[in-house]
Amino acid sequence: MLAGAALVGLVIAAAVLSFAWTPKSPTHVVIPDRFLGPGQRGYLLGSDQFGRDVFSMLMVGARNTLFVGIVAVGIALGLGVPLGGLAALRRGSAEELVMRGSDVMLAFPALLLAILFAAVFRPGTLTAMVAIGLAFTPVFARLVRGAGLQVLAQDYVTVARTFGSSSSAIFRRHVLPNVASVLIVQATVAFALAILAEAALSYLGLGTQPPTPSWGRMLNDAQNYLSQSALLALWPGLSIALSVLGFNLLGDGLRDLLDPKLQPRESQIRGGMS
Amino acid sequence: MAVMLLTRLGILVLSLAAASLLIFLVVQVLPGDPAQVVLGVNATPEALAQLRHQMGLDLPLWQRYLIWVGGILHGDFGTSQVSGAPVAELLRQKLSVSVPLALMGVAVSILISVPLGVIAGVRYRHLSGTVISALSLGGIAIPAFWAALLLITVFAIRLRALPAGGFVAWSDDPVGAFRSLLLPAISLGLVQGAILTRYVRSAIVDVLGEDYIRTARAKGLTRSQALRRHGFRNAAIPVVTVLGVQLTSLLVGAVVVENVFYLPGLGRMLLQAIGNRDLIVIQATVMLLTGVVLVVNFLVDVSYRLIDPRIRATA
Repeated sequence: MLAGAALVGLVIAAAVLSFAWTPKSPTHVVIPDRFLGPGQRGYLLGSDQFGRDVFSMLMVGARNTLFVGIVAVGIALGLGVPLGGLAALRRGSAEELVMRGSDVMLAFPALLLAILFAAVFRPGTLTAMVAIGLAFTPVFARLVRGAGLQVLAQDYVTVARTFGSSSSAIFRRHVLPNVASVLIVQATVAFALAILAEAALSYLGLGTQPPTPSWGRMLNDAQNYLSQSALLALWPGLSIALSVLGFNLLGDGLRDLLDPKLQPRESQIRGGMS
Repeated sequence: MAVMLLTRLGILVLSLAAASLLIFLVVQVLPGDPAQVVLGVNATPEALAQLRHQMGLDLPLWQRYLIWVGGILHGDFGTSQVSGAPVAELLRQKLSVSVPLALMGVAVSILISVPLGVIAGVRYRHLSGTVISALSLGGIAIPAFWAALLLITVFAIRLRALPAGGFVAWSDDPVGAFRSLLLPAISLGLVQGAILTRYVRSAIVDVLGEDYIRTARAKGLTRSQALRRHGFRNAAIPVVTVLGVQLTSLLVGAVVVENVFYLPGLGRMLLQAIGNRDLIVIQATVMLLTGVVLVVNFLVDVSYRLIDPRIRATA
């Protein structure tokens, strides 16, 4: 939990700092400085095939990674929570529609949906974020519906109803606070998956477009120069892995912290989202 | 029993229909004019009109959908707009790479996860168990394509033991084909294996806490005897379920990994089709992959209902 928070904090710090300061320009091409090793001529982690500073590129890449994660998870939450709430409150045909719709959506792995979107629209950060967000939506909708149904069966909800509370008020005052902790945990896990999906898309050239530095894109570039400088493929991959690890650890930690009942049962982790 | 099978089958058919409709709408309707997508913004109106006619875009939408679905049911996925080859034939060729790759990936992930997961589960209070758990947590965070790059660096560039990419046809050189799939399969299987290890471990930990294991121990069986006679079968149920989910993420992971190794599989074709704006190929490939995901989910669903009578009763 602490390690996870530290890793996530590190990524956020690098991203925020990159707005104000990077050791060198992440996009400035210095041909004489190609393929420098770590530490040479002030390049902290070395330089790439264009003599760009790898460390600065990683910092700006962190910004990009977080941005994609935030928007994608934001879309998933923004669509999933109301839909799940609607299904729980209205039941009947609205519930059927949401649940069957989410069944179909769940058959589309996030990456496949993003590839499909990139094929039809222009490949780019926005397309990737929307596709990843849409692919995660059913998970949140199902989560809110499931937890919502439990809450709605409670006596205090019946009392609230008899006192004339509207459905939306009940959702806001009773359902949301009760599902908040589960949502936070799921959002953290979804964030980790969004980072992986964005990295894969950018690697394939379907995500973030050059010259904006992104970790996946850097790995794609590095592949062409593996025999000259294998380290170029190390740093971006390590950044991706550590961020994903950070969010996963944070999610696990938050789960234990927020929901002590779940603690002994680890078998529930990450079902059907990957 | 028969009712359960029929219901599940009905749901499968409905899901396939819904998924095909969704894919059709995304590819054919969302971009506005598919012919424009294929030809690009600089196309002449005459070329556009001709392609529209050729693609059947002058027909009503519902008719185009029915023609497409009807074709698939007859094994006809349409014709590639770029190469002019029947898409079904292309898919068949690519599957001879992608299916063995996915199966080898599953094999690698099982070979890694079952022994490691069992050790981690049995020794979960010991150092070895903790180390394995930590390693698997780290493994989950690694993107398969990065693992692939690292493996290429070590085994292809440094050691020159295995090819860094490319593929020789099975009919030309079966050993060579196997060798070119080895690194891709390991990079896919390593990451999936890390995920599966966690499930195997928690299944074993759960089973060890069950009453029947205590009873078996009270009868005088050793811990490993009790596990072997009563534990593994019970632990297998959740693991089999996850394995099904894994197979689907393995297929998607294969799309990326095939591109790392320049393997002429479905994933590589999908990416090339995107580069060429070959919508018919994209539509067919995505439909095929989604269809496989749905069918695998169906099989897993049915199989664990068959394995575990308790789930059957509540179905």
